[in-house]
Amino acid sequence: MKELVSLINVFTVLSLLAVGGGSAVLPQMEHEAVTIHKWVTPDSFAAIYSLGQMAPGPNMTMVGLIGYKAAGFAGLLVVLLAFYIPSSLLVYTASHIWDSFKDNPWRDAVQKGMAPVTIGLMLAGVYAVGKTASLNLSRDMTFNLITLAIGAVVVIVLFLRRVNPALLILAGGVVGWFLLRTSPTT
Amino acid sequence: MSDPAPKEIFSAFARIGITSFGGGLVAYLKDEVVEHKKWMTDEEFLAALEIGQTLPGLNSVNVAIIVGRKLCGPRGSFAAATGLILPGAVILCLLAVLYVRFHQNPDVAAALAGIAAAAVGLLMQVTLKIGAKQLINPRDLLFVIATFVLSGVLHVSLLATLFIVAPLAIWFCRPRKPVTP
Repeated sequence: MKELVSLINVFTVLSLLAVGGGSAVLPQMEHEAVTIHKWVTPDSFAAIYSLGQMAPGPNMTMVGLIGYKAAGFAGLLVVLLAFYIPSSLLVYTASHIWDSFKDNPWRDAVQKGMAPVTIGLMLAGVYAVGKTASLNLSRDMTFNLITLAIGAVVVIVLFLRRVNPALLILAGGVVGWFLLRTSPTT
Repeated sequence: MSDPAPKEIFSAFARIGITSFGGGLVAYLKDEVVEHKKWMTDEEFLAALEIGQTLPGLNSVNVAIIVGRKLCGPRGSFAAATGLILPGAVILCLLAVLYVRFHQNPDVAAALAGIAAAAVGLLMQVTLKIGAKQLINPRDLLFVIATFVLSGVLHVSLLATLFIVAPLAIWFCRPRKPVTP
């Protein structure tokens, strides 16, 4: 029960802070879920984030898995509700108000000013997942070279071609299956 | 054109919720709402997207809420958002069970490591693509780095980070007084 209350607290706050989309809250989510509350290990956090990329629909629905690891199906449900309801209510109300600011020049300033902040948060999200998934000091060098290479190839392919990202994620899984199996984890 | 019932809205969004593998959800939404169902014009949809991107929450869910609201009030919003989220959530429940059961199996662990590495690449590419303009503009880059360091490296809470960086960033983009001739 105590766990459910902390889950609600953490994910309600994350919901309301997710400016510019879900990846903005990844660093804080990782910090809360891994370091502070220890609901998941760093490896699980990276895996959960990645599994979320393979399920259809909004890719942050994966937050439910953190709740599941922390407190079973009740945790999953509570986290999904806590993560989606607050921001949804806010958007429902605020989108009424927003329309009345249509010609206010500050609206443009808010959008332009928030753009670099969003990008900074997204980069921090890359770092939050990448420090386990791409460059992990507790693993050997070959392992890290392979994971970095997989990430680099994905970036390059996506810039060159319109590929469904889910296929690239699957391909990463296949490469991992072959190449990342024997590497020992310390 | 008569306004659609919540049931119709739900099934339209659920179809996207089931078929949209691999992100790019907003593009799917636009296809369905603007091109296919003709519930909104292009401009109306873009306006909804603009609000959805600025307010907290996932862009796709926010757009669903706004589109639902315009079509059918609160019940429309509810139908659109649940339709979009529910199918993925059900699949995720299955993944959760499988994950907890098998994640220590060495084969699965290896595949998951590859999947995670690819997912980082995906997130990186999206960031570079969306942020291209901000990353080459020196002033914007400063705010990008400040935000990254505060939130990602120093683990300053997101709320505090936003309170420190956002007002400054917005102030630098403040509306200038029009030059009077």
